[in-house]
Amino acid sequence: MSIVTLANKATNNVGIANSLQHILTKYLNVFIAPFLGILFFLGIWSIAAQNIQTSLGVFPGPSAVLTQFSSLYEEHLAERDKADAFYERQEKRNAARVAQDPNYVAKVRKYTGKETFLDQIITSLITVMSGFILATVIAIPLGITLGLSKILNTAINPIIQIFKPVSPLAWLPLVTMVVSATYVSDDPFFAKSFLNSMITVTLCCLWPMVINTSIGVAALDQDLLNVSKVLRLPALTHVRKIIIPSSIPMMFTGMRLSLGIAWMVLIAAEMLAQSPGLGKFVWDEFQNGSSESLSRIMAAVLVIGFIGFLLDRAMLYLQRLVSWDKSNAAL
Amino acid sequence: MNWLKSAKVIAFAVIFSSPALHADEIGFAEKEELTFGFIKLTDMAPIAIAYENGYFEDEGLYVTIEAQANWKVLLDGVIDGRLDGAHMLAGQPIAATMGYGTKADIITPFSMDLNGNGITVSNEIWAKMKKNIPKGADGKPVHPIKADALKPVVEEYRDKGKAFNMGMVFPVSTHNYELRYWLAAGGIHPGYYAPHKSDTTGQIDAEVLLSVTPPPQMPATLEAGTIYGYCVGEPWNQQAVFKGIGVPVVTDYEIWKNNPEKVFGISAEFAEKYPNTTIRLTRALIRAAQWLDENDNANRPAAVKILSQSNYVGADYDVIANSMTGTFEYEKGDKREVPDFNVFFRYNATYPYYSDAIWYMTQMRRWGQISEDKSDDWYKDLAKKVYRPDIYTQAAKSLIKDKLVQAKDFPNFATEDGYRSPQKHFIDNIVYDGKEPNAYINKFSIGLKSGDKL
Repeated sequence: MSIVTLANKATNNVGIANSLQHILTKYLNVFIAPFLGILFFLGIWSIAAQNIQTSLGVFPGPSAVLTQFSSLYEEHLAERDKADAFYERQEKRNAARVAQDPNYVAKVRKYTGKETFLDQIITSLITVMSGFILATVIAIPLGITLGLSKILNTAINPIIQIFKPVSPLAWLPLVTMVVSATYVSDDPFFAKSFLNSMITVTLCCLWPMVINTSIGVAALDQDLLNVSKVLRLPALTHVRKIIIPSSIPMMFTGMRLSLGIAWMVLIAAEMLAQSPGLGKFVWDEFQNGSSESLSRIMAAVLVIGFIGFLLDRAMLYLQRLVSWDKSNAAL
Repeated sequence: MNWLKSAKVIAFAVIFSSPALHADEIGFAEKEELTFGFIKLTDMAPIAIAYENGYFEDEGLYVTIEAQANWKVLLDGVIDGRLDGAHMLAGQPIAATMGYGTKADIITPFSMDLNGNGITVSNEIWAKMKKNIPKGADGKPVHPIKADALKPVVEEYRDKGKAFNMGMVFPVSTHNYELRYWLAAGGIHPGYYAPHKSDTTGQIDAEVLLSVTPPPQMPATLEAGTIYGYCVGEPWNQQAVFKGIGVPVVTDYEIWKNNPEKVFGISAEFAEKYPNTTIRLTRALIRAAQWLDENDNANRPAAVKILSQSNYVGADYDVIANSMTGTFEYEKGDKREVPDFNVFFRYNATYPYYSDAIWYMTQMRRWGQISEDKSDDWYKDLAKKVYRPDIYTQAAKSLIKDKLVQAKDFPNFATEDGYRSPQKHFIDNIVYDGKEPNAYINKFSIGLKSGDKL
């Protein structure tokens, strides 16, 4: 064996060790570190929880919250059974009534029982998405217009700056009063409580989108602008082919910010207005003051956080899908 | 396929005919989908039971029951039609019809319960009060505890320049009047209202400052030290005992034995537009009340189980059970029998007596919410407008006909004039006769009398 081959072997070994180390670091980063982090958090949580005495008993630790998840799910199933029984009874009652009173138009009424935790989650998601979509529909065109015209931008900027920091709770009473005064209908398609929360969400998450879009549009590359001028693109084509594609990264940054705000605002609005959703769930449990209330609230907190995280991730993937500039959409 | 479907329909009709369909005279409900509001208190039980036991459905009513944030939100809901009806403070329909607060015609065909409230003070106040309370042979404080024991404590705070704050649930609530009655009976002035000078705080000349806190928030507000005591319905007094943050000192049963409490309120417009629905919902509520008191409260544990669900009252079973099953825990460990703490059906609890309405009006006059003298007839006319025994009677008679209730459990409808015979059993031994409201007002040493105006 020559010295050269020995040396080669050694380098090879070093190479294998290196790549092993590389894989390890990668796994450490992706799986092990977060796992350890969560484990550490759970440990701290359960130790701290045991030492916090409230008037409703000990603060719930991880295991209490876990039990709560399963009991919330069981409650959901039980409620579904009750709903089935309700529909069955209703069918019989309607049939009996039709037999007695042939002119009666039997109608199937929705289950009148309580909303379960799962129902509340879905309600909240629908509300937040509706509010967010409405805000997007208003904010993106507005942002583009502002970005295109410097004068308009300076004219409207002070208004945006003033409304941007307003808390949702300040808007809510106004929204409630306006909705109940203007939305009058005998058989309303939307519930008023839904409109209240949705409009509050819209008002609060409008601003980051407007600002980011207008900045994105205003910061348009001069070269692109020149190209557009040389080609004499009509105004609409200019917006469609040049402005929108180039400002998409900023637009999405704004939308991601907005969706985060929307979710936070919604929970607060539901809490205050007692409109159905996760916020109401939390407030109801607080009011109940039963020995299980705290762990149920904690369960809701975790779900709220997790959904917020998922929403953010979803926006991010959407952004990566449509955006040419991947640097803005880093994980 | 069609013939199969109709055959199915007929088969159902033959097999399942609900009692509601036999109720002759009363037609089908005009409005079948209803929303009722309530505040998280055990005395909302008739609504929950009528729902859970299917009494509403028997009447062809599909009811959604919604907890409300506070009494103001609830009343506004009934006024603007968001709610079709609600569990209300007896004073609310009266005050609304009179125009104290929001003006609206609200009526009540059904009285929901008797008693059920208590006054709780914080541990600190209790320690000071306890010295002034005589002890019985068993070493426990003698009940009923009068506000005389609280008076030196209030004076001590006032001498130090500290305001003595207590909570009640609404300006026209039973609790406000009961707390005022108890304080005034012990020589403590709870303060006047002067709506004609737009002073609706109720703190003129007050030695104890009363303010509004929603019932479920009472224990937390007491714990935070914002108030030193409160008057509220169950389970929020027992909650204070369980949490170890306060001590209930007196129940309203001891302040006025078998006092009328909540009512079921609907708008006058609703009752006019949907007469069948109104009678039908009253029928369901009467049946629920009967079930709650049946066989000496035999169904109470089952009722407590329902109430402890998170969509109803939501407090722990044990907390609710304490008062609902006939005992009341004062100081921790001092559990006493109060079989009539919550009465839903006995003693004609559900009949809307004019005299009950008038008692509330006398207290509104006593504390200045009614700022001027009114004639006895004015009191009686207003009571007639708000309390509707006529609707109740129709509902009860049809239930008797359907053999769902017994006539012996109701007043004699042929002779009943809507006034209870003069009532004794007040903590200060003053007799109340609903037929003479002005004479009654003049009997109190603290409070406005005939001719007084602030």
